[in-house]
Amino acid sequence: MTPQIAVFIVLASVAVAGAVSLILQREPIHSALSLITVMVALAGLYLLLGAEFVAAVQIIVYGGAIMVLFVFTIMLLNAGLEERTNVSRMAHFVGVPLAIVFLIEVAYGIGRATMHMAPPVASPVSTRDLSNLLFREYVFPFELTSFLILIALLGALVLARREDSN
Amino acid sequence: MVPTSYFLVLSAVLFGLGVIAFIFKRNIITIFMSIELMLNAVNLAFITFSRALGQLQGQVFVFFVIVVAAAEAAVGLAIIILIHRNRGTLNVERVDTLKD
Amino acid sequence: MNEFAAQHPILVVALPKIIVVLFVLLTALAYLTWFERKVVAHIQARWGPYRVGPHGLLQPLADGVKFLFKEDVTPAGADKFAYFLAPFLALALAITSIAVIPFGPKEITIFGQATPLAITNLNIGLLILFAITSMSVYGVALAGWSSNSKYPLLGGLRSSAQMVSYELALTVSVVGVILMAGTFNLSEIVNAQQGFHWGFLPRWNLVNWPFPQVLGFLLFFTSAVAETNRAPFDLAEAESELVAGFHTEYASFKFAMFFMAEYSSMITVSCLATILFFGGWLSPFPQTPFWAWTHYIPTVVFGVAGLALIIHGVRYRTAFGRVVLPAMGLALCVLAFLCSRGGVIEIIQGPFWFLLKIAIFLFIYVWVRGTLPRFRYDQLMGFGWKVLLPLSILNVVITSLAIVWTGR
Repeated sequence: MTPQIAVFIVLASVAVAGAVSLILQREPIHSALSLITVMVALAGLYLLLGAEFVAAVQIIVYGGAIMVLFVFTIMLLNAGLEERTNVSRMAHFVGVPLAIVFLIEVAYGIGRATMHMAPPVASPVSTRDLSNLLFREYVFPFELTSFLILIALLGALVLARREDSN
Repeated sequence: MVPTSYFLVLSAVLFGLGVIAFIFKRNIITIFMSIELMLNAVNLAFITFSRALGQLQGQVFVFFVIVVAAAEAAVGLAIIILIHRNRGTLNVERVDTLKD
Repeated sequence: MNEFAAQHPILVVALPKIIVVLFVLLTALAYLTWFERKVVAHIQARWGPYRVGPHGLLQPLADGVKFLFKEDVTPAGADKFAYFLAPFLALALAITSIAVIPFGPKEITIFGQATPLAITNLNIGLLILFAITSMSVYGVALAGWSSNSKYPLLGGLRSSAQMVSYELALTVSVVGVILMAGTFNLSEIVNAQQGFHWGFLPRWNLVNWPFPQVLGFLLFFTSAVAETNRAPFDLAEAESELVAGFHTEYASFKFAMFFMAEYSSMITVSCLATILFFGGWLSPFPQTPFWAWTHYIPTVVFGVAGLALIIHGVRYRTAFGRVVLPAMGLALCVLAFLCSRGGVIEIIQGPFWFLLKIAIFLFIYVWVRGTLPRFRYDQLMGFGWKVLLPLSILNVVITSLAIVWTGR
């Protein structure tokens, strides 16, 4: 049990616990907090894989901006508790075990298919190499994403604006 | 050294849990958060492959996934605010008609 | 012992560093509150705390005791998990961010293991600092939400919206420094500021070539004051505005945790400002043999302070003060003597200048609080989005143009 495997097991269990808690919580704000936990655990896993810049970007953008959007929306809309559903009971008794079986099957299939791949290199990626790639070969998609964010910004502004009833 | 399959199994499990949350939950915002969970699981798979195969394209693609997720979250939450304003509820089972 | 140290580096090297830095940080936090109250009081032509101990020096202790013993009420209908989580989150994040800050250049050896004067030396240290800052929005937002009361909710939402907006200007204003230094590593950024222009002007990023980062520094400091919710941007927590904003419903120790988190982020931001713009632990004097006498400046400063304390203390009002103040003065004189000895004088240079610059920045923080009136909320948001963000982007554009033109 090397230290890396121990750290992986801890971070992986935190991530899976957060995801399960996302499903089981009754209040949306607790689900949002569980999702933030998953994202921070994933950032730790990226650090374990040596992708330190992506880990920092994950925390800054996903954990510090996107989830703040979610939390604000939940607070502003005062999203209530999850309510009871009218769907039949069978969905509950058959659906949940089937879903878990599906999950195990997919995990087993992927695990067996990739069992013999080389382990990931754990040395840190230099930010310089990453930015060379991003700004030389992939500069066109990069500029397109800036347009995408501009469109999303304008769209969100226009959609959520209150119409003045003049 | 942690084997690649561990990371990929974790990614698959997280994706599957995201799908389960997407199907079983009824609050629109929680469904949206499960989409973000699925995107995160995919990001983990991308980075694992990027490091296992020694190429950096995987991490570049993770950037684009994060950016697209941010744009989608902004617009999606704006739409959710509109639904709440017009229908008064956040329960997907109550917004199942085109006209209220 | 050295073999044990080689096999267990974390236990022998990292743990003592963490304990020392944590201890110094928490003491500095407590006395920063005293410092603020004294300085704001003197700005307002009054004395501030002077009864609890000589010159009010035991006031932080009294405050701590008060916070520990006050009744801990939880509002009815509060979301218990988030209510308990918010102050812990705020304090833990604020204190963790001190881990990437380098205090000095040289490496000290603990039991044969050479280690730099920082808890860690990450290649992306600056990014980790920004990551921690962006997570600290949650402490405020959750505190406002979970109190189940309208003033905290309003204050929490306003305060977190303010923090998110000024975080943008904060990170973009630092990009000029990153461009000039070429790295995110905080020690490397300080090392890139070594050397002197024309022999006497230090090559700090404030006046560095190709583009002096004066605008960047002003933007950084303004956004940092707004990001830490300090005056004049403290609408969300000012007493006359929203009762007490997001921490209205918090009693004793949880309120103390928010308090400590705010002061801790003040200290972190001051450390960051000195590292990025003012040369960190570099001395303002050239390091030529002609200027070797400047190595004795720590000795002189501590010695003068110690003597002044002794002379002032023996004629103090209370008997307790007549004992404690000269004792403190004596300790400072001993420290001054130690700083002039051979082994210590090399190590003390870096941390001394670093702490001096941090002290100046903290004084500016408190000075600004005591002097300037508060912003209204819409003025605040307009200022952040319409003035600071475009100016910081302009700073990045000019800096990158300057770097490309001078071919560095």
